[in-house]
Amino acid sequence: MEFFVQQLVNGLTLGSVYALIALGYSMVYGILKLLNFAHGEVYMVGAFIGYGVLTMAGGAADPVLPAAVLVPLMFLAAMIGSGLLGVAIERFAYRPLRDAPRIAPLISAVGVSFFLQAAALLLFTARIRNYDTPELIPFSVGVEVGPLRISLVRILVIVTAVVLMVALTLLVSRTRLGKAMRATAYDREAAAMMGIDTDRVIAATFFIGSVLAGAAGVMIGLVFSRVFHFMGFLAGLKGFTAAVVGGIGNIPGAMVGGLLIGLAEAYAAAYLSSRFSELVVFTILIGVMLVRPSGLFGTPALQKV
Amino acid sequence: MTKIGTDEWVAQVGERTEAYRGLTAPVRRTWNGIPLGWRFAAAMLLVALLPVATDSSYVVRVGVNAFLFGLLALGLNVVVGYAGLLDLGYIAFYGFGAYTYALLSSDQIGVHLPAELTLIVVVALTAGLGYVLGLPSRRLLGDYLAIVTLFFGQVFVQLAIHLDRLSLPWADGPVNVTGGPNGIVGIDPIRLVGVTFSSVTDYFYLLLVAFVALAVGLHRLTASRTGRAWRALREDPLAAEQMGLPVNRLKLLAFAVGGAVAGFAGAVFAAVQVGVFPQNFETLLLIMIYAAVILGGAGSLPGVAIGAAVIAVFPEVLRTPDYARLIFYGVVLGGLVALLRPWSRLAAVLAGTVVLGFVVRFATAAAWPDAAAVAPGGLVARALGAWVATPPNATTVGNVAFVLLVPAVLAVTRLRGPARTWALPTVLYLAAFVWETRLVAEPSVTRQLVLGAILVVMMTARPQGLLGTPRVEML
Repeated sequence: MEFFVQQLVNGLTLGSVYALIALGYSMVYGILKLLNFAHGEVYMVGAFIGYGVLTMAGGAADPVLPAAVLVPLMFLAAMIGSGLLGVAIERFAYRPLRDAPRIAPLISAVGVSFFLQAAALLLFTARIRNYDTPELIPFSVGVEVGPLRISLVRILVIVTAVVLMVALTLLVSRTRLGKAMRATAYDREAAAMMGIDTDRVIAATFFIGSVLAGAAGVMIGLVFSRVFHFMGFLAGLKGFTAAVVGGIGNIPGAMVGGLLIGLAEAYAAAYLSSRFSELVVFTILIGVMLVRPSGLFGTPALQKV
Repeated sequence: MTKIGTDEWVAQVGERTEAYRGLTAPVRRTWNGIPLGWRFAAAMLLVALLPVATDSSYVVRVGVNAFLFGLLALGLNVVVGYAGLLDLGYIAFYGFGAYTYALLSSDQIGVHLPAELTLIVVVALTAGLGYVLGLPSRRLLGDYLAIVTLFFGQVFVQLAIHLDRLSLPWADGPVNVTGGPNGIVGIDPIRLVGVTFSSVTDYFYLLLVAFVALAVGLHRLTASRTGRAWRALREDPLAAEQMGLPVNRLKLLAFAVGGAVAGFAGAVFAAVQVGVFPQNFETLLLIMIYAAVILGGAGSLPGVAIGAAVIAVFPEVLRTPDYARLIFYGVVLGGLVALLRPWSRLAAVLAGTVVLGFVVRFATAAAWPDAAAVAPGGLVARALGAWVATPPNATTVGNVAFVLLVPAVLAVTRLRGPARTWALPTVLYLAAFVWETRLVAEPSVTRQLVLGAILVVMMTARPQGLLGTPRVEML
């Protein structure tokens, strides 16, 4: 039972990271009907920015700032940096293709993803960087729940993710920008005719989605301490799986999908074999796609002529 | 040029009239006048002389790779270029073919079938797999299909890595199917009707024949009923269905044909390499094949063949710094000549770049006299050594310069008029500096960067590829 609950915590931690990545995919898909393959790389860049801030502050072992200041600073830098990167990608790789056949932006996205990966490889080499989180926030610090202890890092990750998701939900449902985003997602041309600057709304969507991905990058860095150029690929695939399982384009769906995928991966690794945890995730995706292509919460897409 | 309201035919005519203008018009007119078949035959004859002309087995090996690439690109072209189905799991067919051949012709499970039979089995199995993978395409549209196939490709690699300790209910211990990360080695060479293909040159000719046969076959297919039906499906699946085309059957057929071609290429690859490993079938290769198809022009056979040749040969050229330099500066110069008008502006930009280079080089050399010059090489390198700045910690400075270069290049594409002329020398010099300090020394990373950039630039600048026909959306 203890083991089961421990895996539940693991799954929730992973799941909240996947959910944040999934939100970016889902929002972009909802508004542009574009699979942003470069999203995983934005997350990778976020993790590296967090690492860069940590290194500039003297490293985890001997930081010049207290952890309570440094960690939020890492989050902030990664989120802003990733957000700007997302806007730049949209501006130069997707916007010129707004009216091109659907396959064109997709291939462009694959190209961006490849370029960013290679750029990270060039700048940071293939060496795996380490956040050394235990030296910054000792794993022994945590909350005791019955027989097991949940480390502060995991609590931090889950709480931050929840706060970000609540903020996003409020933004989309309550603000003018959120309203404009929903209108643009519903019908871009009609929204433009109603006086909405759709280009700006799309840029804002990319910014918000990428901000979440950047935060997810730092979270993974804090929990697993491993940052490398190829990390965006698998995480991107899983975040993407989460978005699809939840119903792509659907914001609460992406959150639920992320948690589901995280839990599935944690339990598969614990009870089956860690070698097959990825296979389990991919099989879930292919299964969901075949049985219910619109995802758990999505509405079936109608092809309009 | 506004593209709305023009159709494929009008676009073709437009391209043809354009070919009869300008300085190179006579050359282009003569070239276009030669029938496509003759041009293809001449090109293939030239290529066939390659093993005779050189005694370096490395060059022939590159040729073999180029042909494998060509086969893969032609196969992918059927799925993506003709039928318009975005198949991101294409590489799995290649891997599946390679692994099937390896299993049936090695000591892995102790089976050594004759190659005639193995090749037939491989092609049949991969075509069948293509059919099965195509089944979801009946329901899944566009992007969703891309996802499922992408994951299919991932699952294949995962299986290849992890199926080395498979526990089966009827076997005693764990069964080793794929050899895991160590792959399968010691694969038999291909032996057809008593002829053993033993050297790389033999495989070169085998692939040449296969490539010619496939290209001719596909060329005939293009204009056939099926080929036209595929294009109709690509342009508008809904309209195609309304016209009574068997849409689902066409999709499955495209997947099966593409799969069979990739499977055959995989089998030959396994035989040439004498081994198969999971890392042979990763996403990098998929991206390279896509780049080949996109670069040449999806749907255009000569385009795809040329694209495959370029993408296969280009990484090999990057390995030698001197050749890599020639290509880099050649492409930059060519791009400037093509884009900058009038000539005076071009001259000003070039002169500005050269002068800026000498000034910066002089300043850095004065400030840090003992910093190393450009990596050793031939004449070009020595000339560049006198021009490119030599700061200490060249790697770090080069990295910073790279980070600055990417936004700078993007910004220049947005600038117009005199601002662009003023900005260009700095950006060019920055590019040369990054090239000399970082990229020339890292050919594999440079290859990835360039491949990624090719995909983006081609999509934004010329989505139809170099030789493709512009596709226009009718409104």
